[in-house]
Amino acid sequence: MSVAERPQLSHLRALESEAIHVMREVAAEFERPVLLFSGGKDSIVLLRLAEKAFRPAPFPFPLMHVDTGHNFPEAIAFRDRRVAELKERLIVASVQESIDSGRAVEEVGPRASRNRLQTVTLLDAIAEHSFDAAFGGARRDEERARAKERMLSFRDDFGQWDPKNQRPELWNLYNGRIRKGEHVRVFPLSNWTELDVWEYIDAEQLEVPSIYFAHEREVFERDGMLYAWREGAELIEGETVFTEMVRYRTVGDMSCTGGVRSRASTLQEVVTEIAATRITERGETRADDRVSEAAMEDRKKAGYF
Amino acid sequence: MTLDLLRFTTAGSVDDGKSTLIGRLLYDTKQVFEDQLDHVAQASERRGGEGSLDLALLTDGLRAEREQGITIDVAYRYFATLKRRFIIADCPGHQQYTRNMVTGASTADLSVILLDARKGVLEQSKRHAFISALLGIPHLVVAVNKMDLMGYSQERFEELVAEFGGFADKLAGAHARHAGVMRDISYIPISALEGDNVVERGENMGWYEGPPLLRLLEDVEVAYDHPYDVPARFPVQWVIRPAQGSDYRGYAGQVASGAFRVGEEVVILPAGQRSTIAAIDAYGGELPEALAPMSVTIRLADDVDISRGETICHAEQAPTVARELEADICWMTDAPLRPGGRYLLKQTATTVTAIVDELRDHVDVHTLDRSEPPAELALNDIGRVKLRTSAPLVFDSYPDNRRTGSFILIDEASNNTVGAGMIAAA
Ligand SMILES: Nc1nc2c(ncn2[C@@H]2O[C@H](COP(=O)(O)OP(=O)(O)O)[C@@H](O)[C@H]2O)c(=O)[nH]1
Repeated sequence: MSVAERPQLSHLRALESEAIHVMREVAAEFERPVLLFSGGKDSIVLLRLAEKAFRPAPFPFPLMHVDTGHNFPEAIAFRDRRVAELKERLIVASVQESIDSGRAVEEVGPRASRNRLQTVTLLDAIAEHSFDAAFGGARRDEERARAKERMLSFRDDFGQWDPKNQRPELWNLYNGRIRKGEHVRVFPLSNWTELDVWEYIDAEQLEVPSIYFAHEREVFERDGMLYAWREGAELIEGETVFTEMVRYRTVGDMSCTGGVRSRASTLQEVVTEIAATRITERGETRADDRVSEAAMEDRKKAGYF
Repeated sequence: MTLDLLRFTTAGSVDDGKSTLIGRLLYDTKQVFEDQLDHVAQASERRGGEGSLDLALLTDGLRAEREQGITIDVAYRYFATLKRRFIIADCPGHQQYTRNMVTGASTADLSVILLDARKGVLEQSKRHAFISALLGIPHLVVAVNKMDLMGYSQERFEELVAEFGGFADKLAGAHARHAGVMRDISYIPISALEGDNVVERGENMGWYEGPPLLRLLEDVEVAYDHPYDVPARFPVQWVIRPAQGSDYRGYAGQVASGAFRVGEEVVILPAGQRSTIAAIDAYGGELPEALAPMSVTIRLADDVDISRGETICHAEQAPTVARELEADICWMTDAPLRPGGRYLLKQTATTVTAIVDELRDHVDVHTLDRSEPPAELALNDIGRVKLRTSAPLVFDSYPDNRRTGSFILIDEASNNTVGAGMIAAA
């Protein structure tokens, strides 16, 4: 057959197909899966993939948001709108409740963040609902410790990840066998890069929260990052609040998610900006990864996303 | 079909320069971000690297391996050029990790094997080539590294090409059933450290007429390039049936190989019912045809009862349906595989119980000799095994079809994946 006659399948469609395959395997082999939906771009892509995998039927799992209580209001509004459109069920697991019940202890000081506390809330919610598989939007390109993560990542009954003792993952044959109390994290976007995610959002014309586009916001600068000013945030000596055109690359806990100076106000402009960018997403915007060289690895071992 | 996504694996013995090569590919294709570079610069200095950038640190993952200074597991890396997106399965080099090499190779379309020009073809290089062939990787690239330390000598390069070529011939001969699978071997002299023939040609080896490594990676054909030339297989993963009141019934799955068209007659195995494809649904619309590796939903014209694990195919190109099979197994756990062993076997979307009837042989991955029937297969051993299953499987031989010819074995007590199987031709 000549080259011209060969059909085309773009890398985006190949990645999409791989992700749908994983989601269907997990739906078939696990009793109580859940899809973690934060309102962020990666989980927005997961929702579209779930539609592609299971429509016209409802999803064979609920959605769950681990709510730090420090959210961008735009992201929460978006989350609720999207869930209503899809007519799916959303469970909200609240970090505030974990703190109130004494399960988690709030950090103090100007650098306090609820990011670590999410792990407690997440693991408690998984246990409470007896979830045995949790879909997450993490990608291997995000961070070096994630490069070795499996599509199906096994967690013991403490929710812990053991990077030295992972199940080999061969072909597209996923081993979904676990004991009661254990669970797996499932990462259908493992092989996607940040650029793939944005190109996919553009190709599918998916709506994303407005904070992903350049907007004016009151911010303060710390360690070279621009944090959103919110009521109650503590400033360190010398820091001031000012207004800047910024855009967010991740929708995390407001207290540790930094914005970038940007003029990109449409999907196309964002794709162009990401394609040209020279700093990785986590290094630029997540204070939690800057703490030490092995910060992410330590949190993952403890049961983080 | 031209797929602008290439999955490849890299293997080499410790210190052959694999990390440096991957770092070089990422760096020269401008995939390295500033903060990653900062990080590497800091780490290089902390380790007493004299202010120079150690590109190998770019691909360094977990703390344990940072501490030991070696790669302990398969790590995945991503980069892109204007022509293609690449996924690298970076496999460790040392002895005890054959299982990681097999894991990384299972999804790869191409395998890059690194040789140190000074050391030549080591036992480990042979093992990597053997595993690449066994796992059905169609393209092998032998990158002869550290050419700068051999004065960029054409003579030395040709010596190594001849030496490796001898082994490759033996590989093709000893394993004729894989010969049709590994389609080509290319040899490239490189210096990962200096960059020659990695992304750019460089000026030191004018005598080399082939393409630099990256060009080869951009142009090589991948497995799905000819979907119309291979038998079509569609293992059903999931049946889509909306709530009451709807008579929609769709069979969801990923096309494992070949192509399906609306209106075609199909047979559903192992039960053997026949029907016609009424529609191929993808979210947002119907498609006239579905090709590997697309995930779609197939609707059939007749009210047949199909469940997960059954395979839709064309009657005139049907796969094997059987409860007995022979396969090459790579054993991945400490407790050995012995005759009489019982495991769960997962193949396509089916899980059954399998009993080991017989161990046929054990392969010496360095000499390629197949031994007399062994008493057991130990961790990292590869050998031919005869299995019986609790229910019929629908399969092809692995050389014919990597998707329907592969399986994993799971230990029911630990739930671990303990073996990787490749079904032998009957
Ligand atoms: N002279 C020279 N040294 C190299 C080359 N490639 C790698 N090295 C060096 O060989 C050593 C081992 O390289 P590394 O990439 O860590 O090997 P790995 O164990 O295969 O990942 C390092 O000191 C590298 O700088 C090369 O092409 N030429």
